[in-house]
Amino acid sequence: MNGFSSGSVRRPRVQAPEATQLPETPSQTVGPFLAIGLPWPEGPLVVPDGTPGAFWIRGDVRDGGGEVVQDALVETWQADPDGRFGGTFRGFGRCPTDERGRYAIHTRKPGPVPAPAGGFQAPHIDVSVFARGLLQRVVTRIYFADEPANAADPILASVPEDRRTTLVAERDGDGYHFDIRLQGPDETVFFDL
Amino acid sequence: MSVHPPLLSPAYKSTVLRAPRREPIPLPHTLTELTGPALGEGLVIAGDADLTAANGGEAQGQRIIVHGRVLDSGGRPVPDALVEVWQANAGGRYRHSVDRHDAPLDPHFAGGGRVLTGPDGEYRFVTVKPGAYPWGNHPNAWRPAHIHFSVFGHAFTQRLVTQMYFPGDPLFRYDPIFNAVPDDRGRRRLIADFDLSATVEAWALGFQWDIVLRGREATPMETP
Repeated sequence: MNGFSSGSVRRPRVQAPEATQLPETPSQTVGPFLAIGLPWPEGPLVVPDGTPGAFWIRGDVRDGGGEVVQDALVETWQADPDGRFGGTFRGFGRCPTDERGRYAIHTRKPGPVPAPAGGFQAPHIDVSVFARGLLQRVVTRIYFADEPANAADPILASVPEDRRTTLVAERDGDGYHFDIRLQGPDETVFFDL
Repeated sequence: MSVHPPLLSPAYKSTVLRAPRREPIPLPHTLTELTGPALGEGLVIAGDADLTAANGGEAQGQRIIVHGRVLDSGGRPVPDALVEVWQANAGGRYRHSVDRHDAPLDPHFAGGGRVLTGPDGEYRFVTVKPGAYPWGNHPNAWRPAHIHFSVFGHAFTQRLVTQMYFPGDPLFRYDPIFNAVPDDRGRRRLIADFDLSATVEAWALGFQWDIVLRGREATPMETP
């Protein structure tokens, strides 16, 4: 359990629908003790330390009362800088929040990924948040404030304009800043997958 | 109706300030959602499937084998899926600084483990039956015995964190987390079956529990 495989990404294969339909296993909360099972030493490192062009995305997770969430887990999944999934690019990050609700992910900016109706999406990272009190994960996306492509991104366009900023990481020091608000006036936009 | 518990389930008090209140926005499944990480070799070592042999000794409690398959909702096995587990020890105590339950820690119980599923989606752990565990949700609240499971399928859409329970637990009716699952059939899918065929004579009891992930909807976005 020291590191990650740097093997290829898995890509779903197209298969004919089958008659078998099994009901899904219901989700349950990750609970307060996820730190026993889930953190990995290299979890926050989507790319290794010292990778050219890498930066940190940092932020905190807060609840509807403005309190920091000290027992959340933030997971990220993204394309490589050329917009591809696979190869030697891990693409995946995982970081538990600390006593101040903070997480940090070390990565590179993903490249363009095809959009549903043709063209490309703006660079984005898919995010899952797990915590005590969340009976399912919640899913959001990180976009980047310095990307002109945001203006034409169809997913961002589907979000009411006054809430889009909750999906946009701002430049900050050696990277970007992205807070997650589970509830309240600044509630982060969460997606239904 | 979703098989999953609603995020806002007020009987489980921690949901009240943590469940988002706004309607989630539909996210089309693009390549980012239809792909997923390959989390495999290097992350899992052989001993990670046995939680009963930490620090050179044997864990206290009822030794059990928990096995099953990871499938998708189309009935297809999910091979090479990372399955991570963590649980309380036989006395109902977690190996975690936040756990103040007055039950003994067990130096020989590992607390957590991980495996990759085999070619047919199969997995197997050796552990001890976790004890019931008191918590502060309401007066005299006890969680039924459970094992936490975290599973990665092959796509971002196939990520599941859940809990496995044991058959016949008298605490089911009092537990707001278990009962947040909206229907009885869904709740039953969280309960393992006792499995005599997996029991090892004079050594460990067997339990069988299959995990069904969401299917992978085919879309034109799959081929870049």
